[in-house]
Amino acid sequence: MSEAIKIPTMAQFMAEGKQPEVLFWVGCAGSFDDRAKKITKAFVKLLNKANVEFAVLGTEESCTGDPAKRSGNEFLFQMQAVTNIEVLNAYEIKKIVTACPHCFNTLKNEYPSLGGNYEVMHHTQFLKSLLDDGRLTIAGGKFKGKRITFHDPCYLGRANNVYEAPRELIQKLEAELVEMKNCKRNGLCCGAGGAQMFKEPEKGSKDINIERTEQALEVKPEIIAAGCPFCNTMMTDGIKVKEKENDVAVMDIAELIANAQDL
Amino acid sequence: MNYLPNILFAVALIIGLGYFIRNIKKLIRNIKLGQDIDVSDNKSQRWKNMAMIALGQSKMVRRPIAGLFHVIVYVGFIVINIEVLEIIIDGLFGTHRIFSGIGTIYGLLIGIFEVLAILVLIAVIVFWIRRMIIRVPRFWSKEMTKWPKNDALNILYFEMVLMSLFLIMNATDVSFQEMASGNIISQYIAPWFSNLPETTVHLIERTAWWVHILGILVFLNYLYFSKHLHILLAFPNTYYGSLKPKGEFNNLEAVTKEVMLMMDPNADPFAAPAEGEVDEEPAKFGASDVQDLNWVQLLNAYTCTECGRCTSECPANLTGKKLSPRKIMMDTRDRLEEVGKNIDANKGEFKDDGKQLLDDYISREELWACTSCNACVEACPVSINPLSIILEMRRYLVMEQSAAPNELNMMMTNIENNGAPWPYNQMDRLNWKNE
Repeated sequence: MSEAIKIPTMAQFMAEGKQPEVLFWVGCAGSFDDRAKKITKAFVKLLNKANVEFAVLGTEESCTGDPAKRSGNEFLFQMQAVTNIEVLNAYEIKKIVTACPHCFNTLKNEYPSLGGNYEVMHHTQFLKSLLDDGRLTIAGGKFKGKRITFHDPCYLGRANNVYEAPRELIQKLEAELVEMKNCKRNGLCCGAGGAQMFKEPEKGSKDINIERTEQALEVKPEIIAAGCPFCNTMMTDGIKVKEKENDVAVMDIAELIANAQDL
Repeated sequence: MNYLPNILFAVALIIGLGYFIRNIKKLIRNIKLGQDIDVSDNKSQRWKNMAMIALGQSKMVRRPIAGLFHVIVYVGFIVINIEVLEIIIDGLFGTHRIFSGIGTIYGLLIGIFEVLAILVLIAVIVFWIRRMIIRVPRFWSKEMTKWPKNDALNILYFEMVLMSLFLIMNATDVSFQEMASGNIISQYIAPWFSNLPETTVHLIERTAWWVHILGILVFLNYLYFSKHLHILLAFPNTYYGSLKPKGEFNNLEAVTKEVMLMMDPNADPFAAPAEGEVDEEPAKFGASDVQDLNWVQLLNAYTCTECGRCTSECPANLTGKKLSPRKIMMDTRDRLEEVGKNIDANKGEFKDDGKQLLDDYISREELWACTSCNACVEACPVSINPLSIILEMRRYLVMEQSAAPNELNMMMTNIENNGAPWPYNQMDRLNWKNE
């Protein structure tokens, strides 16, 4: 499988004196988390399929600083940001795509005032643009007619008003898109944001991911589609707690599209 | 002796307005205790936001039932207040319905006022039923006991009484009823008084007139002590509300300066300050008290009318955590009021009272429960941002006190050492390629 996908690094492009069309910012989860790595690979397969000349930073990539910033550690955030910006600017990066809404938000909104100005896209937006340009075709395949609900990641939806790109992709799968009672701008958080991913929740009556999973199960989906590796983890855990892992799958939109075509 | 009512009226008006202005000045002074923030950009968008969100109530109607009735009360409030102009002129000059001479338009206007008055009365009763009979949960949260609860009810009772007085005043105004123009609602109330002697009816009319206008003056002065300030502050608050994407948190400039210095290979950390450079006291990072917040955040606190839409959307609150974004705003306002009173009592200077917003009002447990999901910001009908206050207080805890929860400290240590929130080596970042 590994030989089937091409993953050039920026250093390789630089050595050849070329610029890629877009930099794929993999993110920490996409690089290290076993579940999220599958999303990364699915997205890369789609990029290969669409003949997108992309590159990754590889070992030169580092955390954007999002969880540090949202914990209140502005120092650490800005150290990370400034270091990353140095790397990105040295490679003269113009366009970045990422499958993580947290990286997306930070790169897009919080890097410019520190000297990092790039066109930043979430992978669902990028896939949508490939589709619109006729570079990528999406077929329903095994997802045709399946009930799919989309969980809006806070940092994609409310934080940046991206609601339609992921939904349009799901509809292209000829699937039945069903909405939870809290969706789009009223979407309920999965519980991972604001660095909650890395700590135990405060005392309460319920975990947030359980509340959200219950909302998802209410609409009886066969698949819960996600657009964020952290949401994916939280929803997957929720489904396990509800013992529904045999009935409901949690999948990233990139995985849905790649799997539909048996990539 | 004939001028006695006029004089009394003028005195009441001066006291009413004077006390109000005094308190508004205090309010502005308190808001200015906040840090400066540049909000001079993009004026056209700001006016547009104010027109849409405050004037146009665009976010109120996202919840259709509360939204509809709120629009009624809001339109009623603005339109019926035109009548106050006539009342003030009548009161000062001893005239009676000075504008009635303008003919049919007068009847039309009063007719509109009367219809609105009855609609407002109904809406306010609906609000009372929602609060006290249906008991909409967000009105019964922990922070909504004692004064916040009574305050909300006081406002409803005030409005019920004022609207009733307005209608009674019209119904018992014999000459107005004889005009038979504009008494759309009051003509049905007038018969209730038809058996009473003329002098009694006149007395009722005068009493209703006086209690109505004095009530308005009292209500005006009640605002400062109440969550009801939103009827004024919603306008500046929506104007100064953030224009950035909700996900964008500000980059602290003081930190940028230090980071740039650290990253500059030519910087000499032991260099003496350049000639003429003032040795500034290092900035405090984040907020532990209201003076550390910026003035827009303090304006936010005074604008909050405790509707609780934020809290009812907050994932932490929905799952039983202590955090309530509404309480964050109420605490900020209450502490700011306390600081203001302290300044008043100490001849214009704040004397340390051993208290602060952090811990004495807002607990750490509340702050750490936030997922930064922006649901509260999205829910607020008047552009209040509780999340920005939570973030500032986390910044204080982390950067001034190193008091983050241990797991977060581990996460941050990992980022520092190996560029990821987990303890994986940065050199392994591309290993997924071959797995």
